[in-house]
Amino acid sequence: MYDPTFWQRLAVALIALGILGGRGADAADPPEPEIPQVKMINAAITQQWADYGLRPSPVEDDGKWCRRVYLDLIGRIPTYAELDSFLRDRDPRKREKLVDQLLEDSQYTEEFASFWATNWSNLLIGRSGGMDRRSMVSREGMSKYLRDSFAVNKPYDRMVYELVTATGATKPGVEGFNGAANFLIDKVNEEDATLATSATSRIFLGLQVQCTQCHNHPFNQWKQQKFWEFNAFFRQTRALRRFVSGTRDIDYGELVDQDFPGESGRPEEAEIYYEERNGLTRVAFPVFIDGTPIGRSGYVSDVNRRQELAKLMLQSEYLDKMIVNRMWAHFLGYGFTKPIDDLGPHALVSHPQLLDALGKEVRRSSYDLRALMRWITLSKPYQLSSRIGSGNEADDPTIGEVPQFSRFYLRQMSAEQLYQSLLQVGGQARGSLAQQQAERDRWLRQFVVAFGTDEGDEATTFNGSIPQALMMMNGDLVRRAIATDPGSFLYEIAMANAKMPEKVNYLFMAGVARRATADEQKIAGQLLRVRGGKQIEALQDLWWAILNSNEFILIQ
Amino acid sequence: MRWLQSSVPAGMNRRHFLQHAAGASALLGSSLALGHSLRVHADEIKRNRKAAILLWMGGGPSTIDLWDLKPGAPTGGPFRPISTSGDVQICEHLPQIAKQMHNLAIVRSMSTREADHNRGRYYLHTGYVPNPNIEHPGIGSVVAHELMRDRDDLEIPPFISIGGASVGPGFLGMAWAPFTVSSTGRIDNLDMRIDDSRLAQRMKTLELLETNFIRQNRGPAAVDHMKVLAKTFNLLTSQQMEAFKVELEPQPIRDRYGDTSFGRGCLMARRLVEVGVPFVEVDLGGWDNHQNVHNTLQNQRLPVLDQAMSALVEDLEQRGLLQDTMIIWMGEFGRTPNINANAGRDHWARSWSVVLGGAGIRGGIAVGATDEEGRQVITEPYSAEDLMATVCKGLGISLETTYQSKNGRPMKIANGGKVIEEVLA
Repeated sequence: MYDPTFWQRLAVALIALGILGGRGADAADPPEPEIPQVKMINAAITQQWADYGLRPSPVEDDGKWCRRVYLDLIGRIPTYAELDSFLRDRDPRKREKLVDQLLEDSQYTEEFASFWATNWSNLLIGRSGGMDRRSMVSREGMSKYLRDSFAVNKPYDRMVYELVTATGATKPGVEGFNGAANFLIDKVNEEDATLATSATSRIFLGLQVQCTQCHNHPFNQWKQQKFWEFNAFFRQTRALRRFVSGTRDIDYGELVDQDFPGESGRPEEAEIYYEERNGLTRVAFPVFIDGTPIGRSGYVSDVNRRQELAKLMLQSEYLDKMIVNRMWAHFLGYGFTKPIDDLGPHALVSHPQLLDALGKEVRRSSYDLRALMRWITLSKPYQLSSRIGSGNEADDPTIGEVPQFSRFYLRQMSAEQLYQSLLQVGGQARGSLAQQQAERDRWLRQFVVAFGTDEGDEATTFNGSIPQALMMMNGDLVRRAIATDPGSFLYEIAMANAKMPEKVNYLFMAGVARRATADEQKIAGQLLRVRGGKQIEALQDLWWAILNSNEFILIQ
Repeated sequence: MRWLQSSVPAGMNRRHFLQHAAGASALLGSSLALGHSLRVHADEIKRNRKAAILLWMGGGPSTIDLWDLKPGAPTGGPFRPISTSGDVQICEHLPQIAKQMHNLAIVRSMSTREADHNRGRYYLHTGYVPNPNIEHPGIGSVVAHELMRDRDDLEIPPFISIGGASVGPGFLGMAWAPFTVSSTGRIDNLDMRIDDSRLAQRMKTLELLETNFIRQNRGPAAVDHMKVLAKTFNLLTSQQMEAFKVELEPQPIRDRYGDTSFGRGCLMARRLVEVGVPFVEVDLGGWDNHQNVHNTLQNQRLPVLDQAMSALVEDLEQRGLLQDTMIIWMGEFGRTPNINANAGRDHWARSWSVVLGGAGIRGGIAVGATDEEGRQVITEPYSAEDLMATVCKGLGISLETTYQSKNGRPMKIANGGKVIEEVLA
């Protein structure tokens, strides 16, 4: 957002930036925070640098780091004012202060919760969840549940328990609403709940069992039997369609637990059958992945199978490791395994002891997700520059090497981060909160491509390809961000009483958290000349170029 | 400061003006010299105008009900075989394709191991099983990369995916990614709404920013971004974008392809091949028929497929394009010979069929066979690698072509698969 007090402070700020914006000789590295978990991460990661003969990149500039941590914690780039205040803070522990502020300060709660709710909605119901006419998912309901959970820092184990055991209606405002029910609502009715089986084990435990549905896996120890034993936990669960009154259009769904009679009609011993590839039929009862069985009764009053499953999941160390791996990958770009949600016995783990130890710390902290975020964002690897140096060229996961985190790996913003950032730099949100949400969902939907399978597989064209480049060049959102009508971001800057080079610097700071270089100032001057001295038009051309640049879209 | 000129000189089209106005800069100039291919036979350069159209049947089609029927067997299902214009029989619900079978060949001896959608889609597109440490390029990116060098006149992306996402470019880089469009052909955000000189000035400014950032050596994502910008710019200024507009086709031709997304996609594919695009993928999803497979096929999938695919073959032949255009019909796997309790068929990779036609393919035949119930391949089994090698051979791409992945590992095109010789003319 444009800061009207800025121009009075500009001269002072620029002087300060001259010292603090670059990495001058006096810019000391931040001291190691007095947090045991951070020290533990640093020790493990540093040890492995030594083992592999890697020399890490230096600590990143404050400006770039500030932009990075805003994007990763609350899902948008910092405003000019936020960046400016961080850069001018001379406290050596200012990075710790900023992380605490983004995590704890009530002015950020809404953005924080909304960002993480969106990430987790994409994970739990997919980017296209709730878009199909036949779907019982309410995106709004899922989002509301997650927003509320992240806003109050609900312990992660409780969130998992609620998602796995949820009953109730998916849509906000109807009787019996429980947003958590959206996770499973579209995954239990078809194909004997195989989708619920694979999603629950993969997302929360990092165990990929979907291939073992049909056969024993060639290279992973999970056998077909395990898949169906896990599947048996979901067989009391039904999703009931609720229609818009007087039509056959699905309005929402209701998730319920019902007595399961078993496939041969004996509810006391409610079994399921599956077929092996050799044609033999086998029987399965609910047994957890570690071999722990539960009661075989299909009567909900005897045994609530999903509740039993959730209790067993909460005892599993895979739960702890999976959330650590997921969070680590969110902030550092790569997890300790590839893919991040495959932690099975065959998985190659880049830092096995660290993953174990962090998992235990998460459990000890009573699953405090904000604490985990703090440990990671304040750890040494998260402070590093994304520049590749001669001492760490070999640490390159893009060519298939195991990541050692000796530099910050460049990665593209998500579509969600881009959207919020563009709003931030001029494409102001319009309408009520609900309208804004709807507009954002509509915008995000343009990138989703479905694969046409029953499993709802999907891909995104927001992947650095041509449709994304076209959207950035000519799309409505960018068009709004570079608008020049009275009241707009650029209009206010153009009207301010300051010289062109200062305005150019303002745009570079707002967009890419640094000042313009000499050749960038020069080209801005040329733009001003070819625009016949019309400053606002030259600023518009420059702003368009900044927003379209690799430096803007990449998190560095 | 020639780029400051503000009007288009007479006799120069928009595209030439923009490139001229901006100087021969990396961003605005030709983007054709990109990629990481290490050519073993770099001297073998002949002009090759061939192309391929992949009809991708997402979800895994029940090939035992389409191309390799087992009438009377317990696995056979209700469909009857019919005679065709070739020396093969196919499903009774594909009567129009039956009239084109002299141009098409069935490979009935596909035998693969990936029966999960994502793994199967990856494997059939790349010839490699998924590996967490490397991303292999899909066949669309490979063919585009290999055939592009003879097409400096092509201004739109060389790999276009209609109605689906295909598989990405892997280590070839984002510049070879599929350009994904919907079957309406409507492409968003094409209109810049500023004049050409201003566009050139903005692009020049952007190029400076891109280059400054790339110089900081922060990794390949920064470089890829600039390559994609160059391709986007090419496309923004190209007359060839008309190829996406199926509505410019005469009504009888549009009717022949059918008023369906897949029909429009197939028609668009022909238009794209006509302007020189070397690889087009058209998606028809909805084959994941775990329930009511025969009803779904008879009433939904097969009528759409029959009309559009037969129209495509016929149209390409009538325009003299079929001899240079290979048609590949496939999904990620077939479906179980056993019909399950929900009258559906589940995933099955061990014995299934694909169909090829056009460039280099001997039409009217079936290659390979399965046993009486369709449970096993009883002739030599073929893999995705073999299929990919066959496609490359038919398109005149050397099987000696070797890529170097980013970590320096040599990777043979089509993963060293062996050509299915019987299917080639």
